[in-house]
Amino acid sequence: MTSTAPIIDARGVWKRFGGLAVLKGVDLSVAERELVFVIGPSGSGKSTFLRCLNRLEEPDDGSIQVDGIELLSPKTDINAARRRIGMVFQSFNLYPHMTARQNVMLALRKVLGQNKDQAATVAARALDRVGLAERMDHYPAQLSGGQQQRVAIARAIALEPRVMLFDEPTSALDPELVGGVLNVMRELRQDGMTMVVVSHEMAFAKAAADRVVFMADGQKLEEGPPAQIFEAPQHERTRAFIRQIDRH
Amino acid sequence: MDGLNNFIFSFFNLKVMAQYLPLVAQGLALTVVLALLIVVCGLALGLLLAVLRSFGIRPLNWLIIFTVDVFRALPPLVIIVLLFFGLPAAGMSVSGFAATWLSLTLVLMAFAEEIFWAGITAVPKGQWEAARSTGLTFLQTLRMVVLPQALRITIPPLTNRTIAITKGTALGSVVGVAEILGAAQSAMSFSANPSPLTLGAIAYLVLFVPVVALGRWIETRFAWKR
Repeated sequence: MTSTAPIIDARGVWKRFGGLAVLKGVDLSVAERELVFVIGPSGSGKSTFLRCLNRLEEPDDGSIQVDGIELLSPKTDINAARRRIGMVFQSFNLYPHMTARQNVMLALRKVLGQNKDQAATVAARALDRVGLAERMDHYPAQLSGGQQQRVAIARAIALEPRVMLFDEPTSALDPELVGGVLNVMRELRQDGMTMVVVSHEMAFAKAAADRVVFMADGQKLEEGPPAQIFEAPQHERTRAFIRQIDRH
Repeated sequence: MDGLNNFIFSFFNLKVMAQYLPLVAQGLALTVVLALLIVVCGLALGLLLAVLRSFGIRPLNWLIIFTVDVFRALPPLVIIVLLFFGLPAAGMSVSGFAATWLSLTLVLMAFAEEIFWAGITAVPKGQWEAARSTGLTFLQTLRMVVLPQALRITIPPLTNRTIAITKGTALGSVVGVAEILGAAQSAMSFSANPSPLTLGAIAYLVLFVPVVALGRWIETRFAWKR
């Protein structure tokens, strides 16, 4: 145990859909400023686990602490907790009836209670940070997939969350648009953002992750620095998965 | 008199039309009032029910679905007649105007609820998740993210249905409401000439052609900006 308490501390997280156990007692603790990559075959439960970390998915059992808040306690104001947990989705999920700037402003105004001018300024700054200052007044349909995903990142970081969750942020993108999104994520990391990333971008994981977690069948099978997981995996399932990935 | 003259005398008798124009115009005014009341109340109630349904409270939803199905299944005229001739037997009497208003409001409410509900469920789940993940509450998400998108989707079917049901104000003539058709029929009886009915048809066109055009305008106005 290090001297500082982990910013995310999930223990024994279980999730069942009907009779099917998708998560079977997953533990994960993430230190501040750490970038943790979660990999694994599809159906391994990695996305479900990530969605438990802001309670978009309600775990059946276990405990999750984020920034000192007991996420699963009935006394917790989940909406207040979620301000500190940014999330980026595979399908961007921008609000199509709002411009990029309005997308970012909505929660600033309604959740943080900023007035219109404040929110507009903060939103402009966030969009500038993801390189979209010139596209602020475009509607999502007028933006490329990569630009949409960067707006989605701006929407999350504008709230100044303590941690950011990325659920396959580049999986829906054309290959030539992936780089721009990864660059933004790299910069976030350099600024010290704590990040948990579910993704298949192995090159990015090798270059940027502090730790890689391998999940299969609803369990965490193995974790360690990228060099260890990618070069010398301990578990047979991990080896098979890495071989599979490397072939592509 | 040959056939054509006979036809013109019966349906386009200018003298009769001029005489009964004020009566039909009053009917038009009454129809406008009745239609506005039905549209406002029916759509508001329909939206309210759809919003309540989105809370997912099961017994409440069963009740909503049952109510909506009943009013979608019953012919509006049956409801009007039931209210107008049935309620007095129970010691409550309603005017023809009230019976027509209430019946068509309930029918519009039922159809509007289904259309609004379809619109709400058509908004992708990811929209809810994105909004909730930023800390917006369920109601804030519904109001600011989901409903604006749902309403855009629902505008074409909603305008169609609203126009169809609002035209049912003509059914009020059965229970003595002097709206356009009722007024025109009275005029026809007084004059022993069907020309006032032509006048009535013209009045309906005067009222509803702009409404149809307005519906089309709203559809284009609220289309996605791309």
